[in-house]
Amino acid sequence: MSLQRVLFGDNQFFGVNHMSEDKARAQSMRFRDAQSIMKVLDDAYDAGIKVFMCTTYDRVGEIAEIVKANPTRYPDFEFYPCMPYAHKYANSVGEVGILETLKRFSPQGVMSTLLTGAMSAITQDVNKMLRMLVDAEMKRFEGVKTPIIFLQNVITDLILGLKGYKFLGEFHKYVKEKYNAEAGFITMNLPLLIDVLHEQGIENPIVCANVNKIGFRMCGGVDKYVETIARNDARVIAMSVLASGAIPPKEAIEWVCGLEGLDSIVFGASSKSNIVQTKTLIDELWNL
Amino acid sequence: MVKLALIGAGKMGLSHFAISSAHPDVEIVGVCDNATYLTSVISKHLGFSTYSDYKKMFKEARPDAVIISTPNSTHFDLAKFALEQGAHVFLEKPLCLDPAQGRTLFEIASAKNLVNQVGYHNRFIGTFQEMKRLIAAGAIGEVYHLEGKAYGQVVIRPSKSASTWRSKKSEGGGCLHDYACHVVDLMNYIGETPSKVRSAQLQSIFSADIEDAVFANFEYASGATGYLEANWSDQSVRKMSTTITAYGKQGKIITDRQEMRVYLTPGTTFEDYEDGWKSKYITELQAPVNFYMRGEEYSAQIDQFIDNILGRDVKVESTFQTATATDEVIEQIANLGKG
Repeated sequence: MSLQRVLFGDNQFFGVNHMSEDKARAQSMRFRDAQSIMKVLDDAYDAGIKVFMCTTYDRVGEIAEIVKANPTRYPDFEFYPCMPYAHKYANSVGEVGILETLKRFSPQGVMSTLLTGAMSAITQDVNKMLRMLVDAEMKRFEGVKTPIIFLQNVITDLILGLKGYKFLGEFHKYVKEKYNAEAGFITMNLPLLIDVLHEQGIENPIVCANVNKIGFRMCGGVDKYVETIARNDARVIAMSVLASGAIPPKEAIEWVCGLEGLDSIVFGASSKSNIVQTKTLIDELWNL
Repeated sequence: MVKLALIGAGKMGLSHFAISSAHPDVEIVGVCDNATYLTSVISKHLGFSTYSDYKKMFKEARPDAVIISTPNSTHFDLAKFALEQGAHVFLEKPLCLDPAQGRTLFEIASAKNLVNQVGYHNRFIGTFQEMKRLIAAGAIGEVYHLEGKAYGQVVIRPSKSASTWRSKKSEGGGCLHDYACHVVDLMNYIGETPSKVRSAQLQSIFSADIEDAVFANFEYASGATGYLEANWSDQSVRKMSTTITAYGKQGKIITDRQEMRVYLTPGTTFEDYEDGWKSKYITELQAPVNFYMRGEEYSAQIDQFIDNILGRDVKVESTFQTATATDEVIEQIANLGKG
């Protein structure tokens, strides 16, 4: 399987906008149902963007259902799920605590283990529990293509901070075994992450990070990122290329497309003209 | 190198743990929590020394500094013990449930020349920092009204029994000590500490033992007024969202985590702000951090704590002193809101 070069993101659908809460609100009104999201995904698909890189948010399950039900319309449609939808867990931890949250979101097996009070079983087999959480998130994608499965940045970076590096390796191993997929890792600390993944024996890892001209949320700085990407020892997907709109689109994309060693770009847009314009510009610059 | 220990490995504790563990000048020497399912994972899978007894941790690990992220009602005893052991203390907010206790802690810390900081992370967000700068420089003229609002979804359904300390008044739970204190502290930071809380209401929406929403009116020495609204039972927002609005005689500023919108009255200008509306975004206002996990502000506050311990020349923001001023306002709101 190969990593596709232009990917469609999902922030615009779920009321996420790093610059403006007003824009986020307007978007969440427009995309209140799966059909309105699907219409934009159709525009992207027809513009030649076959990958939807999306958070494992509940509504994504509805999108997956539509794709599954229409195989002739979407023969090449691929999902790159990004898990978990962290706010769901974070809000729950605030409400009921860590233990109750695990019970609330874990499949049956973990539930019963916790209820029987066999806590030692859980702590000794943390990997088993993490696998069950992965399975719970992947339920929404049964029957559709998920060649790459990502760990969201808040989890990747939490693990990086805690130096629990082996969990990154475990995730890589598990998605291969169970879903025949490659693991991807989203991060705000790209140079650090790539080194750690290499140490874990993951060759040419798939990583996704902010890559933009102004260095917004690029820990280590623009120069360090450019240098790391140019080493070509990881498959790097650039996100937040426009830095949430702080850089004019054309300038932003020209800069990122000119980077040595960059593999892919993920971007989100809501209008057909923006999608087509951006895709065309990337195609031109990359000779796709 | 700072030898750092953590007491509390819950939601905020884990966050501080990861950020400080990634700091190049920090060595984590111990993690203490009474939840054994957490500490056993931390020791077995992450290889850190863990404890269930903080006194034992101090004796064995001998930390230079400690980060305390435990239920609010335990803050005073733990912080006092840590300071008495000579450790620098970073404490999750709010400082204490009784302002007198906060004052005691500040006195001990000052007498022993120990770094003391409280986790009011909004003070480290670029948009709010710029808003403070503009107001102090008189960009919108005399401020006559300040408004602070925070919404989020923590308690969104009735619960028969209190399931965590956050839903127990006796342990310092409730929207007042969880959400509203952030707003009070941010308003104190951007403007000034109110001279008086004029009125307040605490409202339970879903909870039995605690308030889920807080409304309060402030008076300032300058004659300005203030209004606070905090509600953690609002499902219309995806995550906690805080907005501060300042009304001045020559303009107005509305700021949240992402964006600062400035309006200057006709003919008024300030630096690159012309009259009319202008927005500035977090992308240009936020200073970069060395390790990012969940927002620059969470890293920046830990960086400041460590820099201060190492005696580097940095600003000291959110000390036990400013956090006590916040606790004093909270106490007034609590007293007025009871009726």
